Amino acid sequence: MDKVLMKGNEAIAEAAIRANCKHFFGYPITPQSEISAYMAKKMPKIGGTFMQAESEVAAINMVYGAAGAGVRVMTSSSSPGISLKAEGISYIAGADLPCVIINIVRGGPGLGGIQPAQSDYFQATKGGGHGDYRLIVLAPSSIQEIVDCTTNAFDLADKYRMPVMILGDGMIGQMMEPISFPDNVDTKEIEKPWATTGTQMKRKKNVVNSLYIDPKELEDLVVARYKKYDEIEKTEVKFETENIDDADIVLVAYGTTARIATAAMRMARAEGIKVGLIRPITLWPFPKDIIAETAKKCKCMISVEMSMGQMIEDIKIAANGACPVEFYGRTGGMVPAPAEILNKIKEVM
Amino acid sequence: MSKTNEILFAGFGGQGILFSGKVAAYSGLVAEKFVSWLPSYGPEMRGGTANCHVIVSDQPVGSPIIVNPTDLVVMNKPSFDKFENDVVPGGNIFIDSALIDRDCTRDDVNVFKVPATKMANDMGMPKLANMIMFGKLLKETGFVDMETVKQGLAKSVPPTKQQLFDTNLKAIEAGYNL
Repeated sequence: MDKVLMKGNEAIAEAAIRANCKHFFGYPITPQSEISAYMAKKMPKIGGTFMQAESEVAAINMVYGAAGAGVRVMTSSSSPGISLKAEGISYIAGADLPCVIINIVRGGPGLGGIQPAQSDYFQATKGGGHGDYRLIVLAPSSIQEIVDCTTNAFDLADKYRMPVMILGDGMIGQMMEPISFPDNVDTKEIEKPWATTGTQMKRKKNVVNSLYIDPKELEDLVVARYKKYDEIEKTEVKFETENIDDADIVLVAYGTTARIATAAMRMARAEGIKVGLIRPITLWPFPKDIIAETAKKCKCMISVEMSMGQMIEDIKIAANGACPVEFYGRTGGMVPAPAEILNKIKEVM
Repeated sequence: MSKTNEILFAGFGGQGILFSGKVAAYSGLVAEKFVSWLPSYGPEMRGGTANCHVIVSDQPVGSPIIVNPTDLVVMNKPSFDKFENDVVPGGNIFIDSALIDRDCTRDDVNVFKVPATKMANDMGMPKLANMIMFGKLLKETGFVDMETVKQGLAKSVPPTKQQLFDTNLKAIEAGYNL
């Protein structure tokens, strides 16, 4: 297909439709409303369902229902809206159902602002909702990568029967870049014998549930779920590296911040400072092995984030003291400039 | 030597600032360059200043945010005041002189004054001052050529509104041929 310019938000919606997502439930909020708008326009044309729910809470529970019926389903929101969805996400995780959730992050806490931020890292990777559970979290850094991540998100959700989140920010949601969609989407929709599709008197009924009063039964279920999470940590980690082999200083950044860090790395290299970059694409499972390995070779790591420092905790755990881990970040919707990151690089040298 | 144009379009909401950027980005795409387009969104757009960051480059775009534009197109005074000093030395500033009544205070940049809003009104297409400014930008920077822009413009105009192609092109040519 020819290359077209698309906003990140529109690319998510189009990629989801191409991945055979037929159901979308959402509630508008800046800076992700283009996803809902795109779905509202396209879903009726492909025989799908678009519904603007009365609230975020309603939308996530509609996702819960649709996921239980075994269809590919998605919802999207931005930070405060995701907090509202957190209860439903926990239920979906507890019922082992696949779905895709988009968070186009804005500054927080509270209603915060509407400009880009990454301050929902903890919420996305450590929970958000209650209970022992995980989400697979994908953080694309270009519009083209959004297409791959969205397809991948539906496949991973189905494969592991769990919610998958795409964590973007206002910048990647709003910006346009040239992209092309593959002519044939390589998606792996699988049989869902557990789905509540009606027995037609031919099989035992399927039950979707997250309530287990017997503690032993609940413990067994959670432990089994964590075996699945272990498997995911072994097989689904994704990241990219650039210039890390000879680097004295290694930047770690994800999403759009990784692009700004890349610009800072180029500036530093032009001045002869050996800087490299590790860009996690999966935030959970976190690419801890490459961090651990690199921490043994470099002099210092810098976590660059649009937050007060959240991913840095995972970097420190992975580096395990092998090198100092410094931090540079802006928050509240402020976006760091490459020169600011370069200054930090010079400061830690 | 790689070439990168970091173009900042700025003005009021409703002047077609984002559309100018879209034509620039699509033209870069047609020319098989790396491009990014980043709009301002939010409170400043709702009745205030609007701006749009467009990068057209021979190498992959790192940060899509422009801190120091090589080319600044300004269509109102608040934007001129805000961005004048950010332009790189040796860069270009394109001023809609029908709306901005002061001179540039810098002597290390190239300044092009185009009375675009007046020209557009005189030509009977008051909404196309943005494209007149775009024509001048194209002429002076040559970030792509005119044939490329024609293709870029065709992609920027929605399929259902192709009649707008001719009037937009006419305005671009008016600015280009000044």
